[in-house]
Amino acid sequence: MSAVPFALLDEQSKREIRRAILKGIAIPGYQVPFASRELPIARGWGTGGLQVTLALIGKNDVLKVIDQGSDDSVNAVNIKKLVTKTTGVQTTTRTQDATLVQSRHRIPEVPLRADQVLVLQVPEPEPLRDIERSEFKTKRYHAEKEYSGAYLMLFEQIMRYNQTSQGADYPVLVNGRYVMNPSPIPRFDNPKIHQSDALILFGAGREKKIYAVPPYTNVESLAFEDYPFVVEQFEGKVCRETGLSDVFLDELTDEVTGETYYVCNDTSYMQEILQQKVAAK
Amino acid sequence: MMQEQPVLSIRQLSKQYGDGCTHCQHEDMKLEKNFCPVCKTVYACRSVSFDLYRGEILGIVGESGSGKSTLMKSLYFDETVTSGEGYLVDYENGHNNIFTESSQMKRHIRNTILGMVYQNPMLGLKMDFSSMSNIAEKQIAAGNRHVRQMEERSLSLLQHVKIPVHRSKEAPKNFSGGMQQRVQIAKAMSNNPPILLLDEVTTGLDLSVQADVLDLIKSIQRELNISMIVVSHDLAVIRMLADRTIVMLNGEIIEHGLTDQVLEDPQHEYTQQLVYSLL
Ligand SMILES: Nc1ncnc2c1ncn2[C@@H]1O[C@H](COP(=O)(O)OP(=O)(O)OP(=O)(O)O)[C@@H](O)[C@H]1O
Ligand SMILES: [Mg+2]
Ligand SMILES: [Zn+2]
Repeated sequence: MSAVPFALLDEQSKREIRRAILKGIAIPGYQVPFASRELPIARGWGTGGLQVTLALIGKNDVLKVIDQGSDDSVNAVNIKKLVTKTTGVQTTTRTQDATLVQSRHRIPEVPLRADQVLVLQVPEPEPLRDIERSEFKTKRYHAEKEYSGAYLMLFEQIMRYNQTSQGADYPVLVNGRYVMNPSPIPRFDNPKIHQSDALILFGAGREKKIYAVPPYTNVESLAFEDYPFVVEQFEGKVCRETGLSDVFLDELTDEVTGETYYVCNDTSYMQEILQQKVAAK
Repeated sequence: MMQEQPVLSIRQLSKQYGDGCTHCQHEDMKLEKNFCPVCKTVYACRSVSFDLYRGEILGIVGESGSGKSTLMKSLYFDETVTSGEGYLVDYENGHNNIFTESSQMKRHIRNTILGMVYQNPMLGLKMDFSSMSNIAEKQIAAGNRHVRQMEERSLSLLQHVKIPVHRSKEAPKNFSGGMQQRVQIAKAMSNNPPILLLDEVTTGLDLSVQADVLDLIKSIQRELNISMIVVSHDLAVIRMLADRTIVMLNGEIIEHGLTDQVLEDPQHEYTQQLVYSLL
């Protein structure tokens, strides 16, 4: 029996994934096909993001993994375990201390730096899929920059709900060329992709696609002239623990009193703010 | 008097399904109807040529399989022609063969100069989307990014085709066949195209509903002076709507002329059978 290679994947596989990543960086927002590997995690549980992470990670990297804003969810913990077991790298929950952040459904509240890389897990990479089942046709639409389908989806939401109801995975136009699914992050996080200091990579394991937004790329959420893009509004609501209001909040119900309250969705950021408050006292 | 320039000229349009073989590519090819018995190639349209003039309704009749829908889909770029030329006076003044333009240009032509009503509404509509969105789709495709503008246009079109306003946000899958065809007509008209293509719009509808849809088509043509190509295998429909008529058989045009002439005094044996069998 041969020993498990560093970061699980053999060098050949990692090289292929890196090539796909490089191509993705060269063509911002373009979905690059790659030969998704079998991993000891079921597809649909972040295998796309994980393969990107495994292909990139080096001995000196510090890894942070989050799932919907939480570092402690089973899924995040499992991914962290798998990576540390096969690489021995350090992990962290502090966004500032990480070199590599793999995330599902959120971009951290702490702004990422140019020396950091964010890897987002993608369930459905194709922004036109709900309009067109055929991959052959959606590929052509991208090639011809034919994105009326994406606008039609938004128009239909406005007809039905009088506003674009799409909460997560709200489509964006990257570098004025490709329309892209930003993965199911809330609209609140879309502006963070625009002109980001950090490189952002997207991995879709089941759909076998990798794509990228290189640093300092223009990223624009789709909108109509008279229906501009808006992020989730938490007007008058604050995090019960920290008092913060300029962050993405989770709505919770107090099981005892039945009252609704709000807390930061990004738990490590919330912890840090709380510790700062304790230290200040 | 100067001859009026046609809005659409089609020259030698051919569409085949299959590559052909030595048997059927031969000059005096022996086909079974439109079909090569050796290599199974279907010659759906064979060297079709005609002109369409401003404001006229051109009828196309022919039995099932004669190539009517294939011709319409080719004109709307749903199918790629095997060979042939097409010229639109509203596109580059009729100088460029539309069939050899880039797919972006074809899309532009389709969204601004043409409107299509399909034989099968499933092909023309997104059955799960609201009727408003179905009509706006063509406006969005033509580059409109203003919701209220498109909403107003779609509403007025729905009114025009007599879909009650309170049903405008409903999905066509909830509609009767006649209503679905009306939504298709409204969608086809959404960008004010100079040319409408209508493929068997009344087939399968009740007689009274048929009459309503035909009246609607006639009134659109009269009010807006749109040119139309109307496909039907129902001679009554052709008689009521078409100024001039083309008869197709096995992918070829076998007769054409003023509708009254074609129906009163058919020249081709096949047309004679067709007309007299219905008398
Ligand atoms: N995708 C295809 N592949 C192969 N043959 C096809 C295809 N589409 C149409 N055909 C053939 O082309 C011929 C013309 O078909 P078309 O649908 O144009 O006829 P039509 O005149 O519209 O008939 P109908 O009155 O029944 O609607 C037929 O022989 C048909 O079987
Ligand atoms: Mg047909
Ligand atoms: Zn043959």
